Amino acid sequence: MPVLKADFGACQGYANCVDAAPDVYDIDDDGVVVLLKEEISDEERPRIEEAARSCPVSALMIEDA
Amino acid sequence: MSRTVVVVGSSIGGVRAAQALRSEGFDGRVVLVGEEAQAPYDKPPLSKQFLAGEWDADRTLLLSEEAAERAGIELRLGVAATRLDVAGRQVLLADGSRLDYDAVVIATGAAARPSPWRPGSGVHVVRTLQDSQALQADLQHDGPVVVVGGGFIGAEVAGTARGLGREVTVVDPLPTPIGRVVGPEIGRYFTELHHRHGVSTRFGVGVEEITGSAGDLRVRLTDGTELPAGTVVVGIGAVPNDGWLADSGVPIDNGVLCDEYSRAVDAPDVYAIGDVARWFHPGHREHVRVEHWTNAVEQGMCAAHNITHPDDLRSYRPVEYVWSDQYDWKAQIVGRPTRGTRHELVGDLAGEKPRAAALYTDDTGRLCGAVTVNWPKALAQSRRLVTEGATFDDAMARVSALPPPAARPAPVPAAGGRP
Ligand SMILES: Cc1cc2nc3c(=O)[nH]c(=O)nc-3n(C[C@H](O)[C@H](O)[C@H](O)COP(=O)(O)OP(=O)(O)OC[C@H]3O[C@@H](n4cnc5c(N)ncnc54)[C@H](O)[C@@H]3O)c2cc1C
Ligand code: SF4
Repeated sequence: MPVLKADFGACQGYANCVDAAPDVYDIDDDGVVVLLKEEISDEERPRIEEAARSCPVSALMIEDA
Repeated sequence: MSRTVVVVGSSIGGVRAAQALRSEGFDGRVVLVGEEAQAPYDKPPLSKQFLAGEWDADRTLLLSEEAAERAGIELRLGVAATRLDVAGRQVLLADGSRLDYDAVVIATGAAARPSPWRPGSGVHVVRTLQDSQALQADLQHDGPVVVVGGGFIGAEVAGTARGLGREVTVVDPLPTPIGRVVGPEIGRYFTELHHRHGVSTRFGVGVEEITGSAGDLRVRLTDGTELPAGTVVVGIGAVPNDGWLADSGVPIDNGVLCDEYSRAVDAPDVYAIGDVARWFHPGHREHVRVEHWTNAVEQGMCAAHNITHPDDLRSYRPVEYVWSDQYDWKAQIVGRPTRGTRHELVGDLAGEKPRAAALYTDDTGRLCGAVTVNWPKALAQSRRLVTEGATFDDAMARVSALPPPAARPAPVPAAGGRP
């Protein structure tokens, strides 16, 4: 199953990911992204991929397990 | 038979649209055409981290050759599209070649509005990587910097130049330049932000003339004063790159005129996205053109969906969102604050590293927009509330209920000049 990764240091709190996929990404009180899941299914990968590509600093990755 | 989509314009909108075609399951040919020869790069860092010298050009890269190949995106870089033949379904390129298409996505963006003042040298605009590189080189020299235009790009460049140790003055004919976007009251805090960081402003005054050359420029203002400058940066807006479509029959009105599905009006299988598109927003019931990064991405995805699934067309009705990093402020703006008739502040915008949200409402009692500073959580919340059509009272209650600032310091902004 595809695995979600984030570069928490790179995250700038732009919150696009949260808006695109609120079931997977959230933002904490300090404005840093939170991964709500570690893995996603292959079916949801395209949608989550698009959410990850909406990150202005490319802080979100989806890797093959 | 395999279909071909040609995407014209190889920056954020074009690249994301090409990638989204694949995510949507499009299995035909995807060709990405770009006027600039270098690999597709991103623009927001050009007034921030890249200009400050903190990021090298690699970090602005949007799509490497390998990534393009993996996604099955054919790159045609270094060659501009010069014409669109709608009837013949062809894009004509500057090298004389033609590309057949079944659908074309116009993502040619916008260009910096050129400086109307043309002294010998030393006047910059900031739109391309080359622009930013050239400005960066001049900012290495001592000497005052005058920034003409107090909008987002002007303010960011001022902050970055200040961070590099330059003496900076920002000039704008409007009394509160950012007030155009956030209203005059909140706009004044943006002006104070300059002052707090030792940047002077001459707002409400225009530029009459700029003379001299790089290192020895004089900027004469409409009130007669003259500012000496080593370098001048002109950030007075952008104009859509739609000239190449002039004789194509595609309707142009300060951008490519599109319907709610981002399809050019009366031109079948022609889509336009990002800074170059003026489309009918079904939520606002008017045509809008938006020069924001997130809009280029979201509209590119929506167009890719509509091209791949013509029997399941999605209308494009985004909630506006833009961020701007200035000094120690991470400002984020959602919705349409200036459509509001009043606003209320949660938190305080004064002082060092403030954390606050201004919520705006109109006569209907709905939340119509929000401006947050150093508070991404409140931004994410407000963005959702505007999308849901929440009432102002509900929004105030929810944003006020967010946990107060943590003891931990706010995340350090990445761009230069921010302490
Ligand atoms: C310095 C700067 C800082 C910014 N900061 C922010 C920010 O902090 N937050 C934010 O939300 N937005 C920001 N923006 C705005 C954001 O970058 C734009 O909204 C976004 O780049 C629009 O993307 P686009 O792909 O529509 O157009 P563009 O980025 O303008 O790209 C258009 C591309 O098309 C190419 N092209 C043009 N004509 C042709 C042709 N005839 N044939 C082939 N190719 C052509 C161009 O070379 C270019 O590569 C900033 C913009 C700038 C310039
Ligand atoms: S979009 Fe990127 S920068 Fe913004 S919160 Fe998500 S990971 Fe962080």
